[in-house]
Amino acid sequence: MTAPLHEPTAEAAPSAAEEAAVNAGAKAVQGRSLGRIAWERLKRDKLALAGGVVVLFLIAVALLAPVITSLYGQDPNAYNDKDLIDPLFGTPKGSFGGISGDHWLGVEPVNGRDIFARIVYGARISLLVGFLSAIVAVIIGTVLGVLAGFFGGWVDSAISRVMDGLLAFPQLLFIIALVSVMPNNMLGLSGTGVRLFVMILVIGFFGWPYIGRVVRGQTLSLREREYVEAARSLGAGRLYILFKELLPNLVAPIIVYTTMMIPTNILTEAALSFLGVGVKPPTASWGQMLSNAIDYYKSDPTYMVVPGVAIFITVLAFNLFGDGVRDALDPKGSR
Amino acid sequence: MLAYLIRRLFAAAVMLVVIIMVVFGIFFLVPKWAGVDVALSFVGKQADPAAVEGVRQKLGLSDPIYSQVWEFFKGLFAGRTYVGGGDSVHCAAPCFGYSFRTEQAIWPVITDRFPVTLGLALGAAVLWLLFGVAAGVLSALKRGSLWDRGAMVVALAGVSLPIYFTGLLSLAIFSYSLGWVEGEYVPLDESFTGWLGGMILPWITLAFLYAAMYARITRATMMEILGEDYIRTARAKGLKERVVIGKHAMRSTMTPILTMLGMDLGALIGGAILTETTFSLPGLGQAVLNGIKTQDLPIILGVTLITSLAVLIANLVVDILYAVIDPRVRLA
Repeated sequence: MTAPLHEPTAEAAPSAAEEAAVNAGAKAVQGRSLGRIAWERLKRDKLALAGGVVVLFLIAVALLAPVITSLYGQDPNAYNDKDLIDPLFGTPKGSFGGISGDHWLGVEPVNGRDIFARIVYGARISLLVGFLSAIVAVIIGTVLGVLAGFFGGWVDSAISRVMDGLLAFPQLLFIIALVSVMPNNMLGLSGTGVRLFVMILVIGFFGWPYIGRVVRGQTLSLREREYVEAARSLGAGRLYILFKELLPNLVAPIIVYTTMMIPTNILTEAALSFLGVGVKPPTASWGQMLSNAIDYYKSDPTYMVVPGVAIFITVLAFNLFGDGVRDALDPKGSR
Repeated sequence: MLAYLIRRLFAAAVMLVVIIMVVFGIFFLVPKWAGVDVALSFVGKQADPAAVEGVRQKLGLSDPIYSQVWEFFKGLFAGRTYVGGGDSVHCAAPCFGYSFRTEQAIWPVITDRFPVTLGLALGAAVLWLLFGVAAGVLSALKRGSLWDRGAMVVALAGVSLPIYFTGLLSLAIFSYSLGWVEGEYVPLDESFTGWLGGMILPWITLAFLYAAMYARITRATMMEILGEDYIRTARAKGLKERVVIGKHAMRSTMTPILTMLGMDLGALIGGAILTETTFSLPGLGQAVLNGIKTQDLPIILGVTLITSLAVLIANLVVDILYAVIDPRVRLA
């Protein structure tokens, strides 16, 4: 019942490059480390680099959101309905959704909030949930995956059954259900804070089996390698083998899966906000803007296009970068 | 083969029980732990205390959780009568619950909406399998060619576009601006052409997203398999390239594709929430979303179970197909 999605590096047969990587991990031979080889490959991949640059730019935008909007001179939550909205139709005055020198991407219908400022603030929500839920998934997935692969036996079968089960769940539905039954106040958080916390936990929770399966498979094959056997016969303890011999060699697949998980998580967050179970208004999020835009796709298409393109560019940038990182870290890659 | 089938069926049954328990856990234990009264969400926020108490008795909410699960389980096969608060309601088998808010049983709601979702999922699946797998195979065979690069750029864009954006965009362009198709859903038994017209945009946008995913994965799998020894052997013994690709390579390539298809189709049949919301299709996904927005727990619970059931059945079918396609599985 398991879905081998794309498992780029996991099941790779031992090749010369991989042996080199293994040696590099143990810092035994001189020469280029795996990280260095990967970086040199990544540098040659123009598309991946472009994706990486856009990702860095988006992170900067999210971090500097208050600075950007104050320089720009518009507040994301300020209503401009008196001056900028056509009182008859509720749509922005002027063409293309009210785009002007003051409002670069136009204003929202009805309440006239500035779309550019809301997009800038929306980046915070998208990236925050995207990154943190990936971290949650990586932590759970790595710990349980290593446990399953390293100890085997009933530990392995128990963890593997749980992973198979979770992967067979209708995920979006359960994420929506879980997010919607959570209370509005908990752990001293309220409003947007609770929503973010719950979304990060739930999305991360449903993401860990993808990483867990890869880490388990990799651990299983690494465990039987000669260098691990050598360490064992030299009297190394389990913990030493785990942290010094196995984990360094798991870093590559973990990085690959993390970079590929972030865009998926960003899409999930946008979907939750689109469905109305994400962050609560007035906090700006891209999915919520798109959901509001449904009612205006005929009269004010700009309102729909802007957040849609924002999501597209963000996810595409992460995907390009992720593909590049995967190719660069792939020991089979010959480029 | 028979042993394999029985094992799979048993696993599916266990999974179903687990899912029922998890669903109950989500909807009954989480609110309890958070200090929210479950009965309230069955009646509505402005309910009078007597009505709340009536629902509490009808559902046995004060009983331990396992007996609530058991009552629900029994209702699935034998039907159920809710008694409490001075009146009683009967819910015929299969009783997937009863909404005290809309005062209707859940099962008819499900059967009412299921055909919409099924039509959407199956129609889109045909499209995405045809185009996605074909594009992926062609790309793998002509690696590095203009076609390969073009197709992969489109596929990458496809997986990066949320369906609720492409859906709205296609509505705005093809339905509103160009007027090629109607944007409204028409039931199949009312008018076949009307139904086709209403479904064509949802099918294409949904299929575009999945075709992009399937093309990427087909390409990667195919390329890996083309490097296998048995492909070299097949070529070495002089088989035609058409046979090597069409018979030897395709068979292994289809295995992961089938797994994905089972999961994706199962999840979609249980409610394509995003697509149905975008195109206002009256399917299961829309029903569950309405339930979530009005905090109507029984409908959420019922549809969640149906979805899980659909995923389970789809996976089961895939497991059986596996054994047909790949002889190694039968021995496992």
